[in-house]
Amino acid sequence: MKILVPVKRVIDPNVKVRLKSDGSGIDLANMKMSMNPFDEVAVEEAVRLRESNLATEVIAVTCGVSACQETLRHAMAIGADRAILVETDVQLEPLSVAKLLRAIVEREAPELVILGKQAIDDDANQTGQMLAGLLGSPQATFASKITIADGRAAVTREVDGGLETLECGLPVVITADLRLNEPRYPSLPNIMKAKKKPLETIAAGSLGADISPRHVPVKYAFPPKRSAGVRVADVAELVHKLKNDAKVI
Amino acid sequence: MAILVIAEHDNDSLRSATRNTVAAAARIGGDIHVLVAGMNCAQAAQAAAKLAGVVKVIFADAPHYADQTAENLAALIVPLVKAEGGAYDYVLAPATGAGKNLMPRIAALLDVAQISDIVAVESADTFVRPIYAGNVLVTVRSIDAVKVITVRTTAFDAAGEEGYAVVESITAGPDLGQSKLVGREVSKSLRPELIAARVIVSGGRGLGNGENYHKLLEPLADKLGAALGASRAAVDAGFVPNDYQVGQTGKIVAPQLYIAIGVSGAIQHLAGMKDSKIIVAINKDPDAPIFQVADFGLVGDLFEVVPQLTAALK
Ligand SMILES: Cc1cc2nc3c(=O)[nH]c(=O)nc-3n(C[C@H](O)[C@H](O)[C@H](O)COP(=O)(O)OP(=O)(O)OC[C@H]3O[C@@H](n4cnc5c(N)ncnc54)[C@H](O)[C@@H]3O)c2cc1C
Ligand SMILES: Nc1ncnc2c1ncn2[C@@H]1O[C@H](COP(=O)(O)O)[C@@H](O)[C@H]1O
Repeated sequence: MKILVPVKRVIDPNVKVRLKSDGSGIDLANMKMSMNPFDEVAVEEAVRLRESNLATEVIAVTCGVSACQETLRHAMAIGADRAILVETDVQLEPLSVAKLLRAIVEREAPELVILGKQAIDDDANQTGQMLAGLLGSPQATFASKITIADGRAAVTREVDGGLETLECGLPVVITADLRLNEPRYPSLPNIMKAKKKPLETIAAGSLGADISPRHVPVKYAFPPKRSAGVRVADVAELVHKLKNDAKVI
Repeated sequence: MAILVIAEHDNDSLRSATRNTVAAAARIGGDIHVLVAGMNCAQAAQAAAKLAGVVKVIFADAPHYADQTAENLAALIVPLVKAEGGAYDYVLAPATGAGKNLMPRIAALLDVAQISDIVAVESADTFVRPIYAGNVLVTVRSIDAVKVITVRTTAFDAAGEEGYAVVESITAGPDLGQSKLVGREVSKSLRPELIAARVIVSGGRGLGNGENYHKLLEPLADKLGAALGASRAAVDAGFVPNDYQVGQTGKIVAPQLYIAIGVSGAIQHLAGMKDSKIIVAINKDPDAPIFQVADFGLVGDLFEVVPQLTAALK
């Protein structure tokens, strides 16, 4: 069983985003970049399935600029066997990514595709569901547990009211929630090994997908800042303020 | 213009998020239809017919909608949107777990991009949405013919219930049988629904363990008629189930009063609650980032302060 894991390069979750001075976009200059945290979870899960002999190969794929190779090396340091960069300078929307991934799925024929549930930059939470739709495959989103047995997947999902478990045939598209696992830190030898693993580059244009943007960003802005309020000395003052100033109790 | 709102319901009653989504649809303007697809969901359809601004409720009742799987719902909705004469220009659903699961599949099958989690309608084709955990707001114009949108429920006041729409029953779509629900663990609670609660008492890792969480926060929540929430750290540590989580990857809430107890205030947590009207923080670390957004901050040991607070409320 082959597993395909789409990963995205994003601004590191621990750094503060900046806007370009004219409000026309996010300032990416000199930003620390990382793999989207949900995608680290997805790679870890795929690697564990291979380590327990339920999968034979883990392929990491990313769509984007040439610098995304770094992200693919990181995926291979966690344990992916090889990687594919679908290279383009076009600003990609989830629909475009899903179309490019469909072409890769058709080429590689994986039984399992595990994506992150959302990219922490655009917070779109779309790509996995879109890919499943384009492929006509079942989907199991927001996974906190995956069990593969007898050619079927049982996926426990984090839903609004608690948890639910879906059973689907393969191939299936799964998106990973953070509680699926705790991704490992790649060891130094594995980081060195990852440098020698195969990384193929494919020009996005050669895949025949329409990736023209459908959204025109009009403006980027910071939300109004919430100002810090007051410190209260004790519970009595707090209750007094909630009752008389804020009038919320 | 015609707008299709996908209702969220438990077959008997509508989830509150549907009312906020209808309110967002009203901002766009046009004929609002609500789809209620489920099993034995006539009562939910009747409830949808009362929502202000709704002109028609489309009602699809079949056993294969009982589990609300995305595959079957998309197979019903996509032809409905494209249907001759019945075509829709917009499809809206709340940006809840259910809406997030379903809508991108519909968008992809319609070959349109989705606009996720809108917080404002600027015009018929331009919307505002938060990105980067709510640290940036982007205004986007969509050039797609059909606009598939999920709505941040806290950004739109719920539609009223003075409407009177017709209910039209339609033939169910196919049962694709692609995924099967085999288990469900629903957290049962008599408390208000988290995303619609007026008051939320939320606990973090500072509570130490699940026993403390319940022992300290339940009595306080009882006094306030509040819903209970939690940080990711508290959920990860097993204090409470996943559906309590507030934040970038949990629920987005905006109650009148949010009391954060033993929560540090990481940006991913703030992403889910910083639009609350009044924020109270109780934390023993005077430098905890939560104090930067709190209207009232109390520096102290929660094990002393919380019982005092509970006792002080009549
Ligand atoms: C991609 C991503 C997504 C995430 N999504 C979410 C999300 O949706 N929601 C979320 O909450 N987090 C999310 N996180 C995690 C987030 O970064 C923080 O790790 C988390 O919010 C911390 O939870 P906490 O405040 O309970 O714990 P901590 O940060 O450990 O804070 C505990 C606090 O309790 C205080 N405390 C301890 N003892 C006492 C006492 N006796 N009395 C008073 N105060 C006390 C401490 O001073 C401290 O401030 C996400 C992280 C990532 C990377
Ligand atoms: N450019 C990309 N290349 C590869 N995978 C991506 C890309 N963008 C998004 N993804 C995958 O889709 C998931 C959801 O992203 P999004 O729909 O943008 O929130 C991510 O966690 C990744 O697994």
